[in-house]
This record gives sequence, structure tokens and C-alpha cells, in this order.
Amino acid sequence: MKMKKLSGPSVRVGDHIDTDTIIPARYLSSTDSKLLAAHCLELLDAKTRDRIHAGIVLVAGSNFGCGSSREHAPLALKARGILAVVAKSFARIFFRNGINLGLPLIEIPAAIEIPDGEEIELDFAAGKIEIPATKKVFTFPPLPGFVGELLEAGGLLAYLKAGGKLE
Amino acid sequence: MPLTIAEKILASHAGKKELRPGEIVIAEPDVLLANDVTAPLAIKIFSELGGKKILHPERVVLVLDHFTPNRDLAAAEACAEVRRFAREHHLPHFFESGETGIEHALLPEQGLVLPGQLVIGADSHTCTYGALGAFASGVGSTDFAVALKTGQVWLKVPESIHVIFSGSLHPWVGGKDLILHLISRLGVEGANYQVLEFSLAEGLSLRMSDRFTISNMAVEAGAKAGIFTPDRITEEYLVGKTEKNYTIYSSDRNAAYRETLKIDVTAIGPQVALPSSPANAVPVEAAPEVKLDQVVIGSCTNGWIEDLRTAAQILAGHRAAPGLRLIILPATPAIYRQALREGLIETFLSARAVIAPPSCGPCLGGHLGVIAAGEQALATTNRNFPGRMGHPDSRVYLSGPAVAAASAITGKITHPREIVSAPPAPEAK
Repeated sequence: MKMKKLSGPSVRVGDHIDTDTIIPARYLSSTDSKLLAAHCLELLDAKTRDRIHAGIVLVAGSNFGCGSSREHAPLALKARGILAVVAKSFARIFFRNGINLGLPLIEIPAAIEIPDGEEIELDFAAGKIEIPATKKVFTFPPLPGFVGELLEAGGLLAYLKAGGKLE
Repeated sequence: MPLTIAEKILASHAGKKELRPGEIVIAEPDVLLANDVTAPLAIKIFSELGGKKILHPERVVLVLDHFTPNRDLAAAEACAEVRRFAREHHLPHFFESGETGIEHALLPEQGLVLPGQLVIGADSHTCTYGALGAFASGVGSTDFAVALKTGQVWLKVPESIHVIFSGSLHPWVGGKDLILHLISRLGVEGANYQVLEFSLAEGLSLRMSDRFTISNMAVEAGAKAGIFTPDRITEEYLVGKTEKNYTIYSSDRNAAYRETLKIDVTAIGPQVALPSSPANAVPVEAAPEVKLDQVVIGSCTNGWIEDLRTAAQILAGHRAAPGLRLIILPATPAIYRQALREGLIETFLSARAVIAPPSCGPCLGGHLGVIAAGEQALATTNRNFPGRMGHPDSRVYLSGPAVAAASAITGKITHPREIVSAPPAPEAK
């Protein structure tokens, strides 16, 4: 199974977007994805916050998802309908949680060159991000081995349910 | 092939003799930890996985500490679910009510984490146990749920950064000041995906509480783990806490590191991390003059008995500044009781402090001291991200217990020597 191409408008956010910004701790008593989606990224500045909709691709700077291990963070992004996160770098725990949940994550140093509010196309199989309007292409190495398989399967749960093994 | 302590612990838990950084291994953790925030999600995932039986119930530790005593109805429901799960599976290590404390202080105190172990915890500050010479790392709820069923976790073998502390500590300087200084040098992602391995040069000794504080904040530089090699002080700490055997690992002499950092602690004074990043540490003298609305002493970083002693030495005979709210949270019931015995609680109450129950409380803006728009707090906690302690327009400064106590008295960020002229008594060193 190969991952489908995804496309949507980019919304740029800055460096060090922490998990408290993605989903503030006061909502963590819930595992209800609707509630988490409703409060996802609500600590962003009002202008950016109003552009966080289903179908967007979040484009971030360094260290996206730093802070707590709350899986509610990638869960909230997924539940909000965010297609993927492209970042210059991800914080470690967020990265593994995102992959485990099947939230597409692309780590690419050129993330900061991707323009804001532009339609972008993500091709995971080819390791390519394309901006159709300007024909600009950025390449990234696909996730290697086991981690790539997890993301392709749609996360660790889906991987195990499909008969995948941790061996 | 020479290996680091981190590589040796991972290899031993993945059934391998050798491994290389970057490799993915499937390992069997000795301890699986979750709390009232991360366990409910894990329970849901465990059931979606068709999980019926927990493979090793004796390895599982569930601690209700984040929003307890139950903050609201949602927290009560979340805790009730974890309690039901713990009973259903007859989990021997379930902590709540008068037996619960902040997980990362509670597990070492209960002898549930030992040197050489592999610990995964659905909490980012799981790295605290590196202070005991364990490989302990924060993961998510899915990892925890899968490990409940399979006993396994996938891990990428990290590279290590070797941090060697040398010199001697100034009065009123502790683990918090060293780690804040280190994070300011590394940056908040300077150790991302890496292990921080801490060594002490000949002549420098650090108390266990200082080591816990340092390992605890390794994650604030992005690290996967922050490990000290066990020594005599580790072994003394463990006396009476466990009857189990444990293995002490240490790095081979010519093990490969990504980088080696030598830090002379003699050059480090009390630090304060300015809003809104733990990497914004400056010497206290360079901190701006701000009016503090609240001071918090506690958390998995600095809620140890040694921290409370330091705070009490400074607060003795003083009162918190007018209008300033001082909140002190002993990290565990045993620490609370010890503080009572030593008269520390009396000192705190006389200083107009509120003593809150062992809980994560205000650290993550949960409860027991959330702050309002425009307010500023100084806390011995580990994160000062925007909105961390409450309103998005509030600000948090981070410090160790000595600076926090001194600042509570003056209402502004203060060097402890401005309050106490004599150096700290030996037990506070």
C-alpha cells in the first residue's frame, strides 16, 4: 500500500510550536476527538487561528510539537482534519506519536521556504512537495524502514490490526 | 564495539549484543508508566487493539497525579476510568488519593525504577529516572497501550552527547541552575533525538535530588533520555527501597559520542529562565525587574525534600510579599510527612504559603494555582511556554527553589544572598 498524494492550502506557523499551543492542558481530561479538534491550536494568534480548517497543510519551523508527551496533540490535529504537518524539524515525542497515529509528517529543512496560503501537493511515494502555481519542487527522503511502514499502514494500531508484528 | 551506557541498556533489552545509532529496535521495557492524562487515551487504544490481558501487569505503574484531587467532572471521569482499569487488571502499582504523588518523584521513592532498566512512560518527564542510571524515555499513549498488550516498544537508537560537569557548586546553586544553564547553551532542540549522558569530574558530587532535577529537564533540550552513571550516591539512595537485583552499566572508555561538552559549574550562579522558553536562562542578576503575582515551589523537577529544605532556610522568619501568592507542593506524601517532621511546613505556613497536595497542579495550568491574564509567576517547574500556567497572556519564569523562595519574599526576582547572608547549611548543599 502506498500513501496517497495529498494537497491543500498551506498555513505557516513559527518555530517551537509546543504541545500546550496545539492543545492546552486544560482539555486533557478528555479523549473526545471532537472536543480536542474544537480547541486545536487555539493559543495561536487570532489571524492564524482563523485559518486552521480541515484540509489545510500545516507548515512549521523548527521543533514542532515540543513539550509534553500528550498524544492528544497529534490526535487533535488529525481530528481537526489537518492533512499533514511539514516542518523544518519535529520534537521527538510528537514525531513518534504522529507516526503512531498515522498523521503524515514531513521533516524537511526547506519547510521555511514554502509560501503561506499557497496550494501545495505532497507526494510521499516520490518524496516530493510541489507548489503547482510556481512549479517549485522540494524533495525529501521518504521515512525509512519500519517507521515508513507504520505511516503507510496508517499508524501503529492499524499496522498491528493488519497483522503487522513488532519483531 | 565500544558502547555508551544508553546503547548498553537498549541492547540488553532488545536482545542484541551490538547496535548502532539510527537503528530501530524492538525492546522490552521493565516499567510502563502512565497517568490520569495519558492513561485514559491508552485504555481506549488498548481496547481498540482488542487487548484483553496485560502481558506483564507487575511492570505497569498507573499514577493519578495531574488533575488530582479531581479538578472537575471531566478529571473525575478520567480518573474513574483509570481506577476501573487498574482494578479489572489487578494492577499492583496503582496510586491515588493519600498514596499518590507526582509520578517522577513517587516511582524512585517506591523503588519501582532501578539502574539499568528500560522505562517507557506516557509522560515527557519520564526521563527523570535517568538519574538512577536507567534508560527512561517519554512516549505516547499508543506506545503505552501497545506495550501493555505486547510487552514491547519500538525505539530508534539515539546518539549521545556527553556532558561533563566539573568544579564546585556555589552556595545556593543546585541541579536546576546547572540544567537551565545547559539548556540555554544547547537550545531547546539541541539534543533532539539524542541522549544526554551526564558525568561528574573528580571532586564534584551531586545529590540524587540534583540529578533527578537535571535528568528531568533533559527533554527540554529535546533529549530522549538524560542518564547519569550510577555511583556510591545512587547505591546509598537505593538502600531500603528495593530487594530486587539491578545492573549497573557504564559507558566504555572509547564509546562514540556526537559531541562532548565540558561545563565548569564554578562559573554558574543561580539562574532564571525568562518567558517563554526553558532555554532563556540568564544569571539572576541579569533578570529584569518584574512584579511577581505568584511563586510556585514543587513539581517533578523541584518538589524533593532537599528543595523544600532549601526553600525553608530562606523563608524562615519571613513572609511572602504582600499580594504575592506562594504555593508549595511537596512532590509525594512521604516528602510531605518528612517536611512536617522537620518543621518545614510550619515555616512555610508562617511565610503565608499555601501548602497544596502532592500533584502536578499549576505546572501545566491544571489547577491549584492557575494564573490570570497579565499575571507573572516564578516557578520551580520545567516549562514556561506561552499559556503554560494559565491564561495565554500570562508569563512564567523558571528557577530553582532558592531563587523562588527569595523572590517570594521580595515579590521580584531575587538572588538568595540578598535574603540570607550566611551560606546555606550543609544539608542544603
